[in-house]
Amino acid sequence: MHHLVIDRWSRGSSSLHARDPRAKLAALLVFLVAVSTTPPRAQLAFAAYAALLIFAVHLARLPIRGLAGRAALVLPFSATFALITWWSGDALHALALAEKSFLSGMAALLLVSSTPLTAWTSALESWHVPRMLILVIQFVYRYLFVIAEQAQRMRWAALCRRGAQQSYFDFSAAAGLLGVLFARSWERADGIYHAMLARGFRGRFVPAPPPPFRASDALFFTACLGGCLGIRMLL
Amino acid sequence: MNSVIQVRGLRYRYPDGTQALNGVDFHLEGGESVALFGANGSGKTTFVLHLNGLLRGEGSIEICGLPLADDTLQDIRSKVGVVFQDSDEQLFMPTVLEDVAFGPLNLGLSPADATTRARTVLKRVGMAHALERPPYHLSAGEKKRVAIAGVLAMDPEILVLDEPTTFLDPPTRRDLLTLLRGLPQAKVVVTHDADLARALTTRAVFFDQGRIAGEGDVIEIVQRFHWEYS
Repeated sequence: MHHLVIDRWSRGSSSLHARDPRAKLAALLVFLVAVSTTPPRAQLAFAAYAALLIFAVHLARLPIRGLAGRAALVLPFSATFALITWWSGDALHALALAEKSFLSGMAALLLVSSTPLTAWTSALESWHVPRMLILVIQFVYRYLFVIAEQAQRMRWAALCRRGAQQSYFDFSAAAGLLGVLFARSWERADGIYHAMLARGFRGRFVPAPPPPFRASDALFFTACLGGCLGIRMLL
Repeated sequence: MNSVIQVRGLRYRYPDGTQALNGVDFHLEGGESVALFGANGSGKTTFVLHLNGLLRGEGSIEICGLPLADDTLQDIRSKVGVVFQDSDEQLFMPTVLEDVAFGPLNLGLSPADATTRARTVLKRVGMAHALERPPYHLSAGEKKRVAIAGVLAMDPEILVLDEPTTFLDPPTRRDLLTLLRGLPQAKVVVTHDADLARALTTRAVFFDQGRIAGEGDVIEIVQRFHWEYS
């Protein structure tokens, strides 16, 4: 199976990839707060946020179209609310809503595309985010590949046995596939828990010590903070 | 030689009512390797899951002289290393190094010592190049090696291998056999593969309907129970 593109991107070697994940996570939070609190009339500010993101994408040596396309996946959700706002006669608010969700999605995507999962979850851990939440993220991500592979194999098996008369999307077969996938995931969860117990797990993960935070990381965060605050206050 | 595993009258019934083990008596000497044969559903895997207390049935189990009980469970789990059939179930940490260090950390080693031990073991199994790789990016053979490293990092006295060569291509299987032959631990190998058993073990036990139907020399058991593909 081909692994997620984002996973491959996250293992790049650009200067953005090299920054400490805590600095990048803090910069993302600053960016999100700045974007979400920018008033709809400040359209120039939204253009500046976009320019800042494009610069960061360039710095990370990532394909801008690929990232923007994936970030656009959030638009159908926000577009629903934007349309309602537009119908109620506030076109500027509607536009700002779509812009904010797209820019926020793009920024979050940039973080996960320039930082391996292990690194940004370690950053969350160093911020004392509940360990259970981090474990859930890590486990879901880890086993997403295994379950996706299983689903793909089952789909192929279903396709091989599909008669010419049947429609492309057979609802009962899809429902059966989902049910079996759920049952297998349940069994797998049981197996994983057994494997953990077999290696001495007592219900608590031992946390890894955080890596050193360098001056260049502090400088990166300061630059991001300055950029976001500058746009927010001046435009 | 002293017995490292001594099992007497082991019985186990699954919650759905299936009687999986029906009075199993078993022993393993230090440094000995034994193959467990038997049809699917004959109780082999259920049996090995009892050896470190993952399942608890009726009867008595002693590991390296320690009776299996609530207060000895952690000691016993550090003595019996289980390599599961499906490596994907065993490799759950984000990177290879973290996964192998998982066991030593649970044993109470400091993060630095656990990492050192993990690195040493990964080098031993030929996976030192993959320290920072996520386990889902590895091939089946590499996953199996890392799974074995994760168990070896706990420095067990007994290795339990459940179908160790499943999903492996012939060269990978050959490499794995060489690796396993070089490990000094006593081994319990659950397998359908008579060739693997001949290469790795000296004694075989045949399971049938939750009981041991026969035991002895590997070749003798293979012939007696017609346990070959052709």
